[in-house]
Amino acid sequence: MMAPVLAVAVVGLVTILAVVLIVLALVFYLVSVIAQLRKITAGLDETIAGVSGIVQKSAPVNDVVTTINEQLDAGVDLLEGLLVKKAGMSDAVGLVDGMYAGAAAAGFRNFPESPTIKAPRIGEVYTRGTLTLARLGREAPIAAGNPAGPALRDVERGSLAARLLYPEIRQTKPKSLARSPVIGTDAPVQYEQRDDIGAPRKQLPQPDVS
Amino acid sequence: MILWWIGNLVLLAVVLPIVVYLLRGVLDAAKSIVPSVQEIAKVAAAGSKDLDAAALLLTTQDQVTKTVAGVANYGGSLDVILDDAR
Repeated sequence: MMAPVLAVAVVGLVTILAVVLIVLALVFYLVSVIAQLRKITAGLDETIAGVSGIVQKSAPVNDVVTTINEQLDAGVDLLEGLLVKKAGMSDAVGLVDGMYAGAAAAGFRNFPESPTIKAPRIGEVYTRGTLTLARLGREAPIAAGNPAGPALRDVERGSLAARLLYPEIRQTKPKSLARSPVIGTDAPVQYEQRDDIGAPRKQLPQPDVS
Repeated sequence: MILWWIGNLVLLAVVLPIVVYLLRGVLDAAKSIVPSVQEIAKVAAAGSKDLDAAALLLTTQDQVTKTVAGVANYGGSLDVILDDAR
């Protein structure tokens, strides 16, 4: 009588033990998963905050950049138009190509015919210094001479035209220039030697520390 | 009774390992997500910090507007001073 009861009890205990083991495994792993999911949630919260900052800070960028580009486009249109108006299409292309070699191939934006124009070699007409001034944005005297007089640019005699841009010294080939001063013991003008040269340096008055 | 024993044996030898195997896979997958999420959070924070200078674009916009206005005035003066090309 006792043997079957004992056997049933042992089998029941084994069953209970198996179920408890399964439940323990479930609890351990599910709690671990919950802990990892909490870490993921915290990380996603930080990510959302960062992404929100990116969205918020980059929101006005599109409009601002568009406005800047519009302003710069207007500036480019203005400068291109002014250059072509004042220098003429051919010289304008040549001037740009002289400052930025190869730029003539791209041409001007608002002048579709400009890439087809063969750029004159402005660098051979104007001196390097003149182009440098133009490049630096100084007041380059290119075509800025007396409006009533002849143009400064002389295509056939370019070097002379460029020379005229500089102060008058030898351009008109004067018969004689001012002679260099004569120096030395035989010089017509003698200067007295200063006494203080080579003498001990003057001592400054000492401050009264008492 | 024999069937009960067989059931216990199946529970311990088959069901329990399968449950452990599956739960361990879920835990490993969850653990592998955590570093990635933390890296993404760092990158997002760095990206947000990099965009702090975007507010200066408003100053740039203002400066560009003023500069172009100055260029326009300068160009207008040049237009008056210089003769047009023939």
